Amino acid sequence: MRTEPILPGEAPPPAETPPARPPRAVSPRRIVWARRRRAFLRVAKMYRRNAMGMWGLGILLLFIFVAIFAPLLADRSTMDPISPTTGAPFEPPNAHFWFGTDNLGRSVYTMTIYGSRISLTVGLAATIISMVIGALLGIVAGYYGGWLESVLMRLTDWFLVLPWLALAIVLASVLGRSLAIIILVIGITSWPGTARIVRAQVLSVKTRPYVERARALGASDWHLIVHHILPNVGPLIFANTILTVAIAILSESTLAFLGLGDPLSISWGTMLEFAFNAGAATTGKWWWLLPPGLAIVLVVLAFTMCGFALDEILNPKLRER
Amino acid sequence: MRGYLLGKVAQAFLTLLFVLTFNFILFRVMPGDPAALLLRGTAAYNPQNVAAEKARLGLDKPLPVQFATYMRDTFRLEFGDSFVYQGRSVSEVIGAKMWPTVLLVGTSTIASILLGLLIGIWSGWRRGTWFDYGSLGFTLFAYAMPEFWFGMLVLMAFAGGVGPFPAIFPTGGYETVGAGFTGFRHAIDVLNHMVLPFTVLTVAYLGEYALIMRNSLIDVMADDFVMTARAKGVREEQVLWRHVVPNALLPTWTLTMLSLGFVFGGAITIEYVFSWPGLGWLTVQAIEAKDYAVLQALFLIFSAAVIIANLIADITYMYLDPRVRAA
Amino acid sequence: MTTVLSIRDLAVTYRTQTGPVPAVRGVDLDVHKAEVLGLAGESGCGKSTIANAILRLLPPKTQVTGQILLNGEDVLAMKPGRLRAVRWSAISVVFQGAMHALNPVQRIGDQIAEAIIIHTKAGEKEARVRAGALLEQVGLPPRRLRDYPHELSGGQKQRVMIAMALACNPDLVIADEPTTALDVMVQAQVLRLLKDLQRELGLAMLFITHDLSVLVEVSDRLAIMYAGKIVEEGPAVPVFHEPKHPYTRALAAAFPQVGDRRFRMAPSGLPGDPPFPGNVPPGCSFHPRCPLAFEDCSVIEPEMYPAGDGRRSACLLVKRGEPVEVGP
Repeated sequence: MRTEPILPGEAPPPAETPPARPPRAVSPRRIVWARRRRAFLRVAKMYRRNAMGMWGLGILLLFIFVAIFAPLLADRSTMDPISPTTGAPFEPPNAHFWFGTDNLGRSVYTMTIYGSRISLTVGLAATIISMVIGALLGIVAGYYGGWLESVLMRLTDWFLVLPWLALAIVLASVLGRSLAIIILVIGITSWPGTARIVRAQVLSVKTRPYVERARALGASDWHLIVHHILPNVGPLIFANTILTVAIAILSESTLAFLGLGDPLSISWGTMLEFAFNAGAATTGKWWWLLPPGLAIVLVVLAFTMCGFALDEILNPKLRER
Repeated sequence: MRGYLLGKVAQAFLTLLFVLTFNFILFRVMPGDPAALLLRGTAAYNPQNVAAEKARLGLDKPLPVQFATYMRDTFRLEFGDSFVYQGRSVSEVIGAKMWPTVLLVGTSTIASILLGLLIGIWSGWRRGTWFDYGSLGFTLFAYAMPEFWFGMLVLMAFAGGVGPFPAIFPTGGYETVGAGFTGFRHAIDVLNHMVLPFTVLTVAYLGEYALIMRNSLIDVMADDFVMTARAKGVREEQVLWRHVVPNALLPTWTLTMLSLGFVFGGAITIEYVFSWPGLGWLTVQAIEAKDYAVLQALFLIFSAAVIIANLIADITYMYLDPRVRAA
Repeated sequence: MTTVLSIRDLAVTYRTQTGPVPAVRGVDLDVHKAEVLGLAGESGCGKSTIANAILRLLPPKTQVTGQILLNGEDVLAMKPGRLRAVRWSAISVVFQGAMHALNPVQRIGDQIAEAIIIHTKAGEKEARVRAGALLEQVGLPPRRLRDYPHELSGGQKQRVMIAMALACNPDLVIADEPTTALDVMVQAQVLRLLKDLQRELGLAMLFITHDLSVLVEVSDRLAIMYAGKIVEEGPAVPVFHEPKHPYTRALAAAFPQVGDRRFRMAPSGLPGDPPFPGNVPPGCSFHPRCPLAFEDCSVIEPEMYPAGDGRRSACLLVKRGEPVEVGP
């Protein structure tokens, strides 16, 4: 590693083997980021070879595309019950309404397309909350150890015992029905899983030699956490995040189905809620039931497959299997 | 051995205390005045009666006193009166709905675990075969599928009848209302109503058990003592059932028990879909009616059930793993 | 001398994710009745593979060619039923690292009895009695039959493995690194036990280890392996004290004090590492590290040439009749 920059125009020193590219000033930060970029590219290359991961990614991108470009893919007015563009109630799939209509004549296709926005948004937002809390607690517990760790881990274990749906139901019914509440509820009921994984990772990274060395050199806790622990724990947290989004989307659909969702927005879960309340199941209105359910299955599958693929690549223990 | 047992029991008790405390705090957060709720819509609704009701319910006392009363009452299994079912105590309301849930969730969980473990064993033993890939694919799909959606599809197919599917099962409920069956005919009637929700609950979760067992089995298959058994001339089936499975069951058992909490979540939604009058169905009713007294007790019951299930798992683990017995 | 085990031209290729790996590339071995053949070599040379191949315990997709004649019968050609019958009753194995070679949730008495029940007409009670007798033979009290593996120390577990190996009165016992995972003092005890039992019962034994000093004490004959092939073979003492192959010389020159861990893994003074099984150099596989190599060594692959009474060596120097030693 060169410590002195070579000014352009100077000949490189003869004694060393010629460098592959022209030498330039390299600060430690540059080196670190170059290394991270290489690691990232390496992971990306391994990911490309993982069939499950690529399929998952493909489906995911498709749904993200649908969510973003919803207005281009469907006419929003066919979702509005009082709009003249809606059809007759309970129309089976036909040329005009590809997925048929619901009990109010709304286009199931349009609702499914626009539903992706809500479901994905809630899933992602709730996961971010869950990950932030979980990662924070996991890092603090793992890094500081001692009684703090015991208390936090005991708390985590207790939370894991509570049946999550019962808890979520109670919270949601008490706090009210809105998108923000749902996101909050899912977020604060899913952090325990993340916290445990993060703590385990922090524990394994904490004892590595370079961390000890940095500490011997007088690095502060903050520095250690941000510059050493976080970058090493980060990738695994990321893989876990993907898996958590899948669970969050399933959670949202369940809560919405039970009537705890936002009454003003249409998600796949609320579609199923309407469908059930309108007796779609017992009267055989399959075109109303299949699209939102399949959408949930596909999106959750996609996230899960990506998450598994990443986990396989990043988690050394799994690679040996 | 005794140390292990005592430790686990103590832990369970501590967790229960936490749940009780959490439960208490949670329901003091709720908006609205339960006293007013109880009296609203009746002729007696006026400020004095509301205040009197409040005093009767003990809601005007300071919080620590309320907590002490709450703890005492809980251990006496007195949960107060239901807000909605006028004049009936929470214990009554819940008691009436307990058996259907025990019946449905109990049997389906056992079936789910048994089937799941068997599939997992076969899947791991015959790794890489079409059976393995098939069951893995099925597991993944079942995991991604909301169980209530699956319930609705099954309901539509076999109770409502759609397309090629025959409508051979009732659309919901516990028994045929008004038929007045007794004894054996009653049992058959109930079972008939149970077929669909039982199937849905069993299928929805067996994938996870299968996956846990499969992975555990694969790990154990790589252990040295398996080669020793083969070298001794033990037949393959014996290697599997006498050597591999008893060892693979150990981590599987604990992980399986840990996932029981999710079974209760499924119970809530599936009972709702099939109108099965159990605790899950009651939960949904209580949400809609804002019957917090019932909800609070239900939450407690669900949590306690998970804690007890985990304790049972820990105790039975002792019999599975001799290394723990020595501890 | 009756030959119990006769291996001819054995080749074993593993199928891995990165391609086929030839772990054993043509090995000839004989083990005679009441004789101990020591098989030495560094990690990765293929000696454990040979041990597993003899009883066909390798992973299913592994390619095995050659002949493994057990009392004249080819093990590789046996049907599954016959193979199972032969396992343990004719050949048994004392595995390394008895840590995990015993079933953790089964009592050791049951594990020993299992072998007896499978191969003899004995019932459970009789099998247990015999298991108790076997435990006594290896120096353990019979009451320990009821113990689980985790209740025993490393040395005791190894004794159990030995007792189990003797359960069906085999013709041949393969000891695959039986003392590697043990503490020094325990090692000596277990070694003595093995030696005594072998002499008492007149067993044929194939003793596999990388610790040459151990082998010299225990073996009647020695075979040295390198990169999947045997490079020298002969009576133990002459091979050790007057090696006729540069590799043996290097191994022996690293003669450690018995039990000195420092010298266990590598012969001292030899540069480089043994080649990866897929990456064997052309000609003599040892030539890149050999202090006596000349041009032919990188071209001609040596066979086992006769090197004196009952000795063979795969070195071109021996073929030429020249002495295998570094110049004065």
